Amino acid sequence: MSDTGKIVIGLIVFLILMTFPIWYNIVNGVTPIQDPEIATQNVPGKNQCVRPVEYMRAKHMNLLNQWRDEVVRRGDRYTEGPNGELIEKSLSNTCMDCHSNKENFCDRCHNAMAVDPYCWNCHIMPSEAAETEMAMSTTPEEEN
Amino acid sequence: MIEKALQGGKSYWTLIIILLAVIGVGFLAYLRQFAEGLTVTGLSRDVSWGLYIAQFTFLVGVAASAVMVVLPYYLHNYKLFGKLTVLGEFLAIAACIMCMTFIFVDMGQPFRIPNVFIYATPHSVMFWDTVAIGGYLFLNILISRVVLGSEHKGIAPPKWIKPFIIISIPWAISIHTVTAFLYSGLAARPFWMTAVMAPRFLASAFSSGPALLIILCLILRKYTKFDPGREPIQRLAVIVTYAMAINVFLILMEIFTAAYSGIPEHLDHFRYMFFGMEDAQGVMRTNLVPWMWTSSILAVISLVLLLVPKFRAREGLLALACITVFFSLWIDKGMGMIVTGFTPNPVHTVTPYAPTLIESLITLAVWGMGALIVTLLYKVALTMRKEVEPVRYRD
Amino acid sequence: MGIDRRKFVKVAGLAALGFAARPPIRAFGQEITGESLEIRESKAGELLSGAVEEIKRAPHPPKNANRWAMVIDLRKCREHQDCTACIDACHKIHNVPSYPKPKDEIKWIWKEHFNHAFPDADHDFIEEEVKHSNALLLCNHCDNPPCVRVCPTQATWKREEDGLVMMDWHRCIGCRYCIAACPYGSRSFNYREPKKFLEEQGIKPQPDFPTRTRGVVEKCTFCEERLARNLWPACVEACPYNALTFGDLDNADDPVRILLHDNFTIRRKPGLGTQPEVYYIV
Repeated sequence: MSDTGKIVIGLIVFLILMTFPIWYNIVNGVTPIQDPEIATQNVPGKNQCVRPVEYMRAKHMNLLNQWRDEVVRRGDRYTEGPNGELIEKSLSNTCMDCHSNKENFCDRCHNAMAVDPYCWNCHIMPSEAAETEMAMSTTPEEEN
Repeated sequence: MIEKALQGGKSYWTLIIILLAVIGVGFLAYLRQFAEGLTVTGLSRDVSWGLYIAQFTFLVGVAASAVMVVLPYYLHNYKLFGKLTVLGEFLAIAACIMCMTFIFVDMGQPFRIPNVFIYATPHSVMFWDTVAIGGYLFLNILISRVVLGSEHKGIAPPKWIKPFIIISIPWAISIHTVTAFLYSGLAARPFWMTAVMAPRFLASAFSSGPALLIILCLILRKYTKFDPGREPIQRLAVIVTYAMAINVFLILMEIFTAAYSGIPEHLDHFRYMFFGMEDAQGVMRTNLVPWMWTSSILAVISLVLLLVPKFRAREGLLALACITVFFSLWIDKGMGMIVTGFTPNPVHTVTPYAPTLIESLITLAVWGMGALIVTLLYKVALTMRKEVEPVRYRD
Repeated sequence: MGIDRRKFVKVAGLAALGFAARPPIRAFGQEITGESLEIRESKAGELLSGAVEEIKRAPHPPKNANRWAMVIDLRKCREHQDCTACIDACHKIHNVPSYPKPKDEIKWIWKEHFNHAFPDADHDFIEEEVKHSNALLLCNHCDNPPCVRVCPTQATWKREEDGLVMMDWHRCIGCRYCIAACPYGSRSFNYREPKKFLEEQGIKPQPDFPTRTRGVVEKCTFCEERLARNLWPACVEACPYNALTFGDLDNADDPVRILLHDNFTIRRKPGLGTQPEVYYIV
């Protein structure tokens, strides 16, 4: 069995490659995952999220998909907030009103989980937005 | 069965390596396109379908052409085509996969393609096109696998495969009809909105496909021990002749309707193709002109070579005829039909289109991939046949 | 603003005509209902009493419209050939990028030379002023839209409640079949990544409307997001000369209906059966 040596070497190389994430992190030290900063911008009158925190942690992606279909395909733009007020179903206009810093809030968990949502290929973050004069973010109540 | 594709001599592996290199270069080009968007192609706001869709349209025809050997053999017991049916089906598999790949590289958001099935839309012809081509691919894979497998075991194929084979015949007609419907139902494009589009597609499919099959058989005869025989190739040549004659006739019909009526909306497209037209800035645009005249001349040459029995009987001239048929129709259906549909555009201005280098490299790579699939599959078929004589299907 | 003699005579003549028109309108109106008669009469009176500004646009568009439509008064556009207010407004608030290469161009509303916009109406002896003018083109939000018929994923669809032809940029796969099917050239494809381009140009996007991503098709949506907030479409509001009238075709008293009744209008390629809902007063 003259191939034994090659097989053993092959197995060792394989084990080293497979355990790479473990020994690399031990050698180089791991940056602890930072908690996301929940509200990076305090909006007067809004001191809680539109849905409970535990629900959002588990299902914010489902909620956003649901809102997307309801708003775009059915024109159904408003939902009830935690205090019975009218909330616009919008990532840019509602969610990011409070969670305005994508890097400190959204990216913290997404980067740690290696999740790459493509929301911001289109939707605009407050940090990259222009100052606007045109009144858009008004709910029907605020119109006369 | 597939492991047979790994048994080959030096020339076989050289071919494989060349094809892999072509595919590799094109794949890198595709990564560039995927990163930047379709702006790296020559497509524009006006000409939004170009080289990729042209190849797709042409290859659906090649895929459908397998029916030209399957139909006589299975429906009419035309035993001469016995050795060719598997080759036709393998060509159809390669062509279908090429079609799907060309669609993939042409899509703006290719990873959203599953939406076509999740949100199936029966009133969209494109939905039915995906069903038709997908179904045809499945049929050909199933049929060729079962028939070749049985051949290898020296027994007749199982009876249950017969219905699938029979269905594949109208299905082949339908894939190209549905693809023609993509174009011929659009009120916006008067150049395409003709009842003759589907018959034209079928005629050009049944000439270009079998022509390619003849060329492949001649290549196989030269480089391998496989010999389909002289008679089957001659019979196929007759099919190519009739189909090409009908195809050219239909094209002339189109030209007559446009020219005699003189309606600018129809005639302008032919004018652009054969003589050029001025664009919005007054510059004369003639980029399709040399292509279209080449295609026409090639068509005439091919018809002369095919219609005269003495020429058709000489396999050297027949090979030339098939090559001219193939290229004439590749130009006509590809560059001629698709790009011209968009030129002039809905506001009657001309925006010229020419593929870019990246576009061409990607196209070449997909053709290379098709050639690779044909090479691998034919290797399987031929290697298996060397081990056993083909068994005629008996019901 | 100065008024020249020709204009004064025109206005005075129309005013006289307006007064003369009241009895027949009243008589006609009485055949409908008493209530609608009053509204019709006052609106028509306003129109025909010939001020250059006629039907004043209400502060908000009608709620619960059944069939949105637009009437474009090209006569007004002709008087201001260099004006691009509607195009600028639309492209600004929707973050439409303006690429250097024409082949990448995206436009939701644009100008096209008269003979290109209306090839069937063109001939050699049209009044020069009209013949060399531009027409304003946009998505016609057809009642029988071929683009909707061909879309394999229903990324574009016609809203049953108000006839608007909508776009879902999350679902579009970028097959561009709708572009092939549109007889009006109203649709644009994103060959490039718009956000990246805007960033490179140093243009900050308007926050209330997302950009699109590359690989999807876009077009005018009659400002669906503004209509939902009871605002006029941006082009309508931005026009300084009231050339664009937008409203509900289903309401006989709507300004679009009145304009259509009182003026001869044409549509683009009506023979194709698409039933476009953008009407032009030429």
